[in-house]
Amino acid sequence: MKASLSIKGIQDGLLVSIPEGNWDEARPAFLELIDEQTDFFRGARLALQLEQRTLGAAELGSLRDALSEREVNLWAVLSTSEVTKTAAADLGLAQYLTKSTSGADEDVPFETVLYGDEAVLIEKTLRSGNSIRHPGHVVILGDINPGAEVIAGGNVMVWGRLRGMVHAGAAGDESSKVYALDLSPTQLRIAGQIAVSPSRRGRPKPEVAQIREGQLVAEEWQNKRRR
Amino acid sequence: MSAKIITITSGKGGVGKTTATANLGASLADLGYRVVCIDADIGLRNLDVVMGLENRIVYDLVDVVEGHCKLRQAMIRDKHLNDLFLIPAAQTRDKTAVSPQDMVRISDELRQECDWILIDSPAGIERGFRNALAPADVVLVITNPEVSAVRDADRIIGLIEAEEKGPGKLILNRVKPEMVRRGDMLATEDILDVLAIDLIGVIPEDETILISTNRGMAASLDSKSIAGKAYRNIARRLNGEEVPFETLQGRDGFFGRISRLVRAGGVR
Ligand SMILES: Nc1ncnc2c1ncn2[C@@H]1O[C@H](COP(=O)(O)OP(=O)(O)O)[C@@H](O)[C@H]1O
Ligand SMILES: [Mg+2]
Repeated sequence: MKASLSIKGIQDGLLVSIPEGNWDEARPAFLELIDEQTDFFRGARLALQLEQRTLGAAELGSLRDALSEREVNLWAVLSTSEVTKTAAADLGLAQYLTKSTSGADEDVPFETVLYGDEAVLIEKTLRSGNSIRHPGHVVILGDINPGAEVIAGGNVMVWGRLRGMVHAGAAGDESSKVYALDLSPTQLRIAGQIAVSPSRRGRPKPEVAQIREGQLVAEEWQNKRRR
Repeated sequence: MSAKIITITSGKGGVGKTTATANLGASLADLGYRVVCIDADIGLRNLDVVMGLENRIVYDLVDVVEGHCKLRQAMIRDKHLNDLFLIPAAQTRDKTAVSPQDMVRISDELRQECDWILIDSPAGIERGFRNALAPADVVLVITNPEVSAVRDADRIIGLIEAEEKGPGKLILNRVKPEMVRRGDMLATEDILDVLAIDLIGVIPEDETILISTNRGMAASLDSKSIAGKAYRNIARRLNGEEVPFETLQGRDGFFGRISRLVRAGGVR
């Protein structure tokens, strides 16, 4: 089976890794993914991990144009191929990410740095008309009111009442989860799955929504590690 | 004197801002205060009509801003109450004729003249909303118990908070007791739960509002009007009095429940 595309939220934007294989297949597959998730990608800063793939300036330039037509800003290309590196340099694209996100061969004196997606903390209630977009995780200390929305590349955690719209794993990550003290969204999405919450029975309790066997399900939110 | 400035606004149009301004103005003046109402809804002026002062307009807010007249000259005295005044909006002129700074400057000048300044604001989605908000000490947000009106009220409370004028106080208008009883209308508790601001009054649906508007005299001056009474109570709450929430039609279920959710204390 072919390795698939991977998308990760990094310090400022998204890092997309394109697996090895025929560029004539990889390129349309990548663009198709963006077209399916226009809300998520629109306005994003994007870095590409191309490993040892060889791309000339013409191919890279045409990809950059195709992305900018979709309002996606390609700013960096990471590659070990000299050809690709030269092409990236000719196009004025960066070839390194900031240190904390490149991961590889760094000296970290102590393991005090935690790797993972970036998270933002929002300490207020989101009211109707507010919209939050973030490539990583989003934590909200407050409510999400009806008419407000949060679109995240990773998980969404609401220390409050979720009554608006949340889309977690918006770039397609099906392992994303949505946590809330009171999970009663107008609509909930994880990756490509959409659910509407049933009218609530009884008192609200903390719940987590996730995809299990292709179904979006909500269940009680517990600390599993303690059992 | 140093007046308190109250801006009355909403998310959606037509929920009762102008009616509330006229009734609160009359109630406060009736309590013995000197009150100036400003119609900041430029281009959609109608506070003058509701107050029955349309035919007395000579100068308006834009004339004051542009220096065509003195502030005093634009203050129209009410027909029923000696200490109630209106500064009308200009009907036809450009909506950009007044800036937030102009409103602050005029309000500061007026502060010395009276006890209360009430500003009838355009709905929050319209231009001129910021003008009405700029000089406010207290913002009253008015909504009807309908899903769309509450949604828009929520949005406007967000804007008010962003302008650091928040969180404001809520007036729930046009509540129909029978519908609440039957569960056909959003319950006050659910509305307060979403909006999360203090309630300062609940006004029932009442045809005396319509009748009094047509007569150009506030319902709050009519001792038989229940909506008028509710407005008088809001005026007293603004004034710092603790006034229990009125029970409608002898059914205390609904109002009994909300009174627990209300924090006492006015704004003076
Ligand atoms: N409590 C009420 N009962 C019945 N009718 C009302 C009540 N409050 C307002 N109205 C009516 O609703 C309409 C809109 O009110 P208005 O004050 O002009 O709203 P706004 O200034 O917010 O546009 C008017 O016809 C008014 O008479
Ligand atoms: Mg009006």
